[in-house]
Amino acid sequence: MFVDVVRKLTVVAGSAGMLLMAAQAHAAGPNEICLTYANGQFEPKEPTVPADAPMTIRVKNMDAKAMEFESETLKVEKVVAANSEAVLNVRAMKSGRYEFYNDFNEKARGFINVQ
Amino acid sequence: MLAALIIVFREVFEAGLIVGIVLAVTSAVPHRLRWIGAGLFAGLAGACVVAAFAGSLTQLFEGMGQELFNAAILMTAVIMLTWHNVWMARHGREMASELRTMGQAVAEGARPLVALATVIAIAVLREGSEVALFLYGVAAAGDGGGRALLGGGVMGLLLGVTVCLATYFGLMRIPPRALFRTTTVLITLLSAGMAAQAVFFLARANWLTTFDQVLWDSSAVLPERGVAGRTLKALVGYTDQPTAMQLMVYVGVIVATIALMRLTAMPPAPRIAAAK
Repeated sequence: MFVDVVRKLTVVAGSAGMLLMAAQAHAAGPNEICLTYANGQFEPKEPTVPADAPMTIRVKNMDAKAMEFESETLKVEKVVAANSEAVLNVRAMKSGRYEFYNDFNEKARGFINVQ
Repeated sequence: MLAALIIVFREVFEAGLIVGIVLAVTSAVPHRLRWIGAGLFAGLAGACVVAAFAGSLTQLFEGMGQELFNAAILMTAVIMLTWHNVWMARHGREMASELRTMGQAVAEGARPLVALATVIAIAVLREGSEVALFLYGVAAAGDGGGRALLGGGVMGLLLGVTVCLATYFGLMRIPPRALFRTTTVLITLLSAGMAAQAVFFLARANWLTTFDQVLWDSSAVLPERGVAGRTLKALVGYTDQPTAMQLMVYVGVIVATIALMRLTAMPPAPRIAAAK
């Protein structure tokens, strides 16, 4: 009985702490990167964003073909239909160089510098 | 041609594994191919629809349509797989131990097949929509690569079918008694993995951001994108950077499946009394 109460309290306290942390992370505000994909190339190829804060990547596909924006290291992938745009949410990342590419045309590549 | 082959094979591969498992699970069920065929067809049709409306789908839910759609169909698959396991826990033993008329077996065997056919449809839908978009894009470019594209696509598809058959025949080598247990474990892990992937998509949509700290990073040892990583991801939901929420949901689905199977598999005492 007592053990059960302690366990429940731990869970509640833990969840509250996590929620607080999540709220703080959100308060920092997402950093947005805008990428344009045209003629099989990304522009800019090496954008920079601050580290340890969630970011959003807005991908504008100007080509007449669908593309799939993908990054193994950032853990995102999303199909962007022809002549349209899509937004991807990325969790807070440590500083580093994260590669992204078009999964339907792996020659189109770039890096996001997280600093 | 090689690009088409690789992309088609990569997508067909995961669906192939799932179809192979379902073929093995249903090996004793009459008319199963009809159901599996229906699942495949529904999945292909759905993939074309999703590919055609990919742009509009993306714009739904403030740009998070793809993520939420993926999460929703994955959760549907989890429910179907769990339903199948629970149903089998209850009726599998009865069907094996009691002598039943063929008609009854067919009627009862057909019920969980709806669940498994749905799972196949979902697997084909998820992988197929990307293939459709890619192939359509290359075809629309019209740079005379149509034939090479078709060749690459067909070869990728054939390789995927090979994976499916290899999975099926590999599982069929297991003696029938052990097969039931093996497929139950496989389906439970498959469903837990899909639930964890659904959590991933909900996190990407910012719908579920609690407990989203990464627990470990095993990408240096077993990258999710390698052949082994991909296989494990498709089979048991391996990810090289799992979040706490993903792990909790993964374990939760396994525990819930076992609990539900235990609960429903209890000897139906009232029915025996009624029979007397």
